[in-house]
Amino acid sequence: MSHKVIIPIGPYHPLQEEPEYFRLYVEGEKVVDIDIVIGYMHRGIEELSEHKHFDQVPFLVERICGICSTSHPLAYVNAMEDLAGIEVPERALYIRTIIAELERIHSHLLWLGLAGHFIGYNTVWMWAWKYREPVLDIFEMITGNRNHYAMMKVGGVRRDIIDDDIPELKKTLDELIPAVNMFKGAVMDDPVIQARLKGIGILNRQQAIDWCVVGPTARASGVNIDIRRDDPYAAYDKVSWNVIVEKEGDIFAKTKVRILELYECIGIIRQCLNKMPKGAFDADIKEIPPGEGIGRVEAPRGECFHYVKSDGTNRPIRHKIRAPSYVNVASNKVACVGGTISDAAITLAAVDPCYCCTERVAVLKKVDNKKILNGWDLIKLSQEKTAQLKEGLRDGKSG
Amino acid sequence: MNIKLKSLTKSIWVFHAACSPCNNCDIEILDLLTPRHDLERLGMVLVGSVRHADALLVTGVPNYKTRERLKMLYAQAPKPCLVLAIGSCACGRIMFKDSYNSPCPVDEVVPVDVYIPGCPPKPEAIIAGVAKLIAKIEKAA
Ligand code: SF4
Repeated sequence: MSHKVIIPIGPYHPLQEEPEYFRLYVEGEKVVDIDIVIGYMHRGIEELSEHKHFDQVPFLVERICGICSTSHPLAYVNAMEDLAGIEVPERALYIRTIIAELERIHSHLLWLGLAGHFIGYNTVWMWAWKYREPVLDIFEMITGNRNHYAMMKVGGVRRDIIDDDIPELKKTLDELIPAVNMFKGAVMDDPVIQARLKGIGILNRQQAIDWCVVGPTARASGVNIDIRRDDPYAAYDKVSWNVIVEKEGDIFAKTKVRILELYECIGIIRQCLNKMPKGAFDADIKEIPPGEGIGRVEAPRGECFHYVKSDGTNRPIRHKIRAPSYVNVASNKVACVGGTISDAAITLAAVDPCYCCTERVAVLKKVDNKKILNGWDLIKLSQEKTAQLKEGLRDGKSG
Repeated sequence: MNIKLKSLTKSIWVFHAACSPCNNCDIEILDLLTPRHDLERLGMVLVGSVRHADALLVTGVPNYKTRERLKMLYAQAPKPCLVLAIGSCACGRIMFKDSYNSPCPVDEVVPVDVYIPGCPPKPEAIIAGVAKLIAKIEKAA
């Protein structure tokens, strides 16, 4: 007879850099079920945002997640521009696209490195992160910070990309191509990596649709969705690129989608740099009318959605955020089950989870008319019953 | 001379305790290990268990859930255990101090030895912070 063993992963576990708790139910080597416990990173951003004015919110929402620190502000400004019907200067649209694509490059390289680390290829980790550094240098040059760029602003961008920076940017992109080629060769042709990733953690097309996954996770399962093409924002309707779709749905397909997307990112940035017109980069918005608006952005992990409602004052009265990992993480419930314990780590990591985006808070409320009895309560009840019986006997005798 | 403190100046093994950060500080910590900065050449290694650690790297603003975990982690670490608060969140909670889920800053949960502000601090800043910490211990030892 087999019996279920629970393997806890987390909250503080060497596998994850974020506190997160997974409960793997295993029978022998096989994972039969998984529980995902979140809530370790909840900071109440939606509520905080209702206490900031419209210009402060981008700084707040970019701190939802350090890796997608352009996607959230971009989705927010898209929502605001939808709300107020703002016409954004064309140069700003191109700058937004460049920043968003640079972010996708660094995020995909980061994931590639971590995935390599999880399957025991530390060399992949070190190399991927080494090639990520020049991208961060570019960010520092353009925006002044390596990670939180603070570029987005309602009605435009906060800083221009000056002409002197463009040759350096182009040079970095040119140098990135051989590195990506190397990864493509090293990762996709390596027999061990293939054996390790092919046929593992499969999420087939129907499951991907059922679990509503988004981004590279969905595209690796043959679901052809990409907000950049389906609902273009920024300058994505002015450049051409391909949406990478794979059919297999296993981890190898997810890796392949991300590696091939790197080429598309570089292509998009190059086109933007060539097409970017001169002129204003900020529409200088002073007032926000009452109303509501939505903004959607294809973050490196999938669709990021923001909803903002305004009542004409200077702060949002409701700000709803849905990050892509929220749906992607849940799909582990099917992708992980049936695999072995040793594959669980890479399967959990394959959706490129970002838990700080995902966080929700669970409130445990005591309900008065329902009482949960613990062992001590039961003993007390039992003792009370004995006492009552004793009393009854005594009364009967004396009476 | 305090031998326990003296031994901490050589190679500090660190454990990374993330308390609801935005991830960026954590990534900059991992970045320290990669070829550009390569912290291991200074003897610092990220360890998987807090029981092997000489120092805790704390990032983020503790919330009700992680506050208790952080207390537990600190209690499990062998003493003397150094605590480095990495990032403006851990140093002073920046914009999250009004949040309903942020009961207190890190230094009210565990005693902090070094504050490294920045959002996120550059890897160079973290290395500088560690160097200052070592100088501080050497003085005390
Ligand atoms: S200090 Fe900044 S980068 Fe670090 S966890 Fe806080 S918000 Fe994120």
